[in-house]
Amino acid sequence: MFSFAMLAVLVSMIMALTRALMGPSVYDRILAVNTFGTASILFIAVLGFLTDRPEFLDIALVYALINFIGTIAVLKFFKYGSLGYSDKDGEEEEA
Amino acid sequence: MLLVVGFALVLIRDLFAVAMLTGIYSLLSACFFMLQDAVDVAFTEAAVGAGITTILFLATMSQVGRTERKPKNKPWFAIGLCSLVAALLVYASFDMPDYGDPLAPVHQHVAPRYTETSPNEVGPPNMVTSVLASYRGYDTLGETGVVFTAGVGVLLLLGPGLRRRYRRDLPAPKDGKKHAE
Repeated sequence: MFSFAMLAVLVSMIMALTRALMGPSVYDRILAVNTFGTASILFIAVLGFLTDRPEFLDIALVYALINFIGTIAVLKFFKYGSLGYSDKDGEEEEA
Repeated sequence: MLLVVGFALVLIRDLFAVAMLTGIYSLLSACFFMLQDAVDVAFTEAAVGAGITTILFLATMSQVGRTERKPKNKPWFAIGLCSLVAALLVYASFDMPDYGDPLAPVHQHVAPRYTETSPNEVGPPNMVTSVLASYRGYDTLGETGVVFTAGVGVLLLLGPGLRRRYRRDLPAPKDGKKHAE
């Protein structure tokens, strides 16, 4: 069953990759990268269960955090054109 | 899949797509490292490659514009040279020992001594730590020096300009709108 799940994850990875390659608009590509990150999280989790090492799940969780922060940062950058200043009080932020 | 992304990276001229694709490339190679049990390497690759580098590319892109000019020269010689070297490397890799082979020369040289004596000689239960901090202490010190120098150099180059700009216009420069489609 886990190998079937792995196959499904790989197929979804390929689909996200084609969207990132073709994607006419910018948002298609951002969404494709986000989806690809999610697919790689699932890949790591399923890989952990496939090889009897369920502690990979923790690593997958940290990947989820990185993916989330990365997507937020890209979107914020895309909206404001910079990361160093927030738009109200000029407070410095770190990506 | 790595090959497809690599070729697309070279061929696509829209730099935003390229920045996104580099993120996908590092996620892919992180998965690849995971398959080879190098969890820490995979983690670094995902954090640096997919997280920070994408943002840095976007920051650079906001300064230099979104599209790449078509190159005028045709680099056939460079392509041929790269293919030749790649073919040589693949040919050389046939001589390498199998992956994870315990009899490979790299596992015969000093590794047995480290694994046997490092708990008594150095102390820490983690063998990688004792190799990095004690057996290769000078190497690690040199690496730390290199990283420190690089950080100081970057700060010296960027620091004064950043501070000046920070003082001059505290409200954010809203030039991000021109990138929206």
